Amino acid sequence: MRTKGFLPALPALVLLFAFFLFPVVRMLGFSLEGGSLEWYAKALGEGLYIRVMWNTFEIALLVTLFCLLLGYPLGFLMATTTPGWATLGFIFVLLPLWTSVLVRTYAWMVLLGRNGVFNRLLVEYGVVADPIPLLHNFTGVLIGMVHVLLPYMVLPIYGAVRRVDPAIPAAAAGLGASNWRIFWRIWMPMTLNGVFAGCVLVFVLSLGFYITPALLGGGRVIMIAVLIEQQVREALNWPFAAALSAVLLVFTFAVYTLAQRFSQPVEASR
Amino acid sequence: MRPASMSRRLLIAACALIYFFLMLPLLVVFPISLSSAQYMQFPPPGFSWQWYERYLEDPQWIDATWRSLYIGGATAVLALLLGVPLAFSLVRGKFFGRVLIDRLALAPIIVPTIILSVAVYGLFAKLKLIGTWYGLVVAHTVLALPFVVLVLAAGLRDFDRALEQAAEGLGAGRWQTLRRVTLPLLRPSLVSAGLLAFISSFDEVVVALFLAGANMTLPKKMFDNILMEIDPTIAAVSVMQILLVSVALVLIGRFGRGLKDSAR
Repeated sequence: MRTKGFLPALPALVLLFAFFLFPVVRMLGFSLEGGSLEWYAKALGEGLYIRVMWNTFEIALLVTLFCLLLGYPLGFLMATTTPGWATLGFIFVLLPLWTSVLVRTYAWMVLLGRNGVFNRLLVEYGVVADPIPLLHNFTGVLIGMVHVLLPYMVLPIYGAVRRVDPAIPAAAAGLGASNWRIFWRIWMPMTLNGVFAGCVLVFVLSLGFYITPALLGGGRVIMIAVLIEQQVREALNWPFAAALSAVLLVFTFAVYTLAQRFSQPVEASR
Repeated sequence: MRPASMSRRLLIAACALIYFFLMLPLLVVFPISLSSAQYMQFPPPGFSWQWYERYLEDPQWIDATWRSLYIGGATAVLALLLGVPLAFSLVRGKFFGRVLIDRLALAPIIVPTIILSVAVYGLFAKLKLIGTWYGLVVAHTVLALPFVVLVLAAGLRDFDRALEQAAEGLGAGRWQTLRRVTLPLLRPSLVSAGLLAFISSFDEVVVALFLAGANMTLPKKMFDNILMEIDPTIAAVSVMQILLVSVALVLIGRFGRGLKDSAR
């Protein structure tokens, strides 16, 4: 067995084993307490919890969709504009990314609340008679999460658009193709790689999201991460929390593995 | 340059709106932090420094800020001490199980933070480590390690090994080469990795929520305050935090290896 250069990795490995791998495996073990699968049956079988799983899945899917709709134009423009504008665009994308999720969530509470900025504007200009509920519901969580995760979609798409040889769309235009046609026949297929990477990243990050649903959901939109926290801290039900964690973990890794299977041939052909 | 086409102009207009959406929270937080109103009001009726004063005069906020700063600093140091040798091993080593270790080192960013938090919380409750600053440093180091490994591995892959061979050819020992040639040349990567590790700890909420106990870090105190009452002090704290993180990012841009280079 070859061991060249292994020793320097050892201290970090000890840390990862002791404070990452071991605690996670230990906790997942709780879910099999008593030697039965009753906690998994509860997580995947009881109506209330099926609702939570479905909620999580639905929100993650919608967040991914909206991030793609907003992220593609942004990544595309940044990749095809002049370097100066691109730098400015990068700053505008990275500044929110590096602002604490808490700060941004707080700002959305100010904007979306019953007496928040949006509702006051809507009422003042007579668009609606009474404030509409934007916070502590599905809409609020969706807006907050799309805002947090949008940069993760923009960056891979930007990278993919940059890799396309600009001579190809130029040739298509020279041959008389319309912009619309160039987009669907050239840009879209050639940047599918980045779109796919961004979607997988955003979807997987959404699945395990905690802070935004906890604060903007106001206890009414329960996602799986919020449920795990409640089970540990309020219900003190470790076996159930462990079973839920196992489900989330398996799902997360399944999406990643599937994504890698799919993207490999494309990666290799680059 | 030919005039922008219709669809191009449409794209630019759409992007302007999306950028507005992205910047909206920041555009709101700054004015509120300078509001003269006694409660949440937007737009603010007048200008005052009162929320900054309240932050600076509240020992709880200051306490939490210091704790976050030294926990972030300790995390950066520990993550570098462990992550740099790990990156060397992964890039230059040839040993059994290297790919597996590579996966393990990056796993903390893939595994949802809530799972890591709950798992470590269970273990630390047993070991009586809840509420200790070093417990939090250890957990934050697990989360920061992938950043250090990614940045350093990118730096090492672009490294010109002929420079090390030249040093050794001139009679330098392995240790001397590392200290006098390799590490100084890697300084931009080291600066970026250290600052990224610091920011990742300084901003971290979920793990702190579980492990900090009564000893609040800044994000945990902010989380609790947002849950309790929406008070503009949060806006003032937010502005401070944005400024501090911006300083760290400017330092990365100035002295570090660009994030764009590391993303390759």
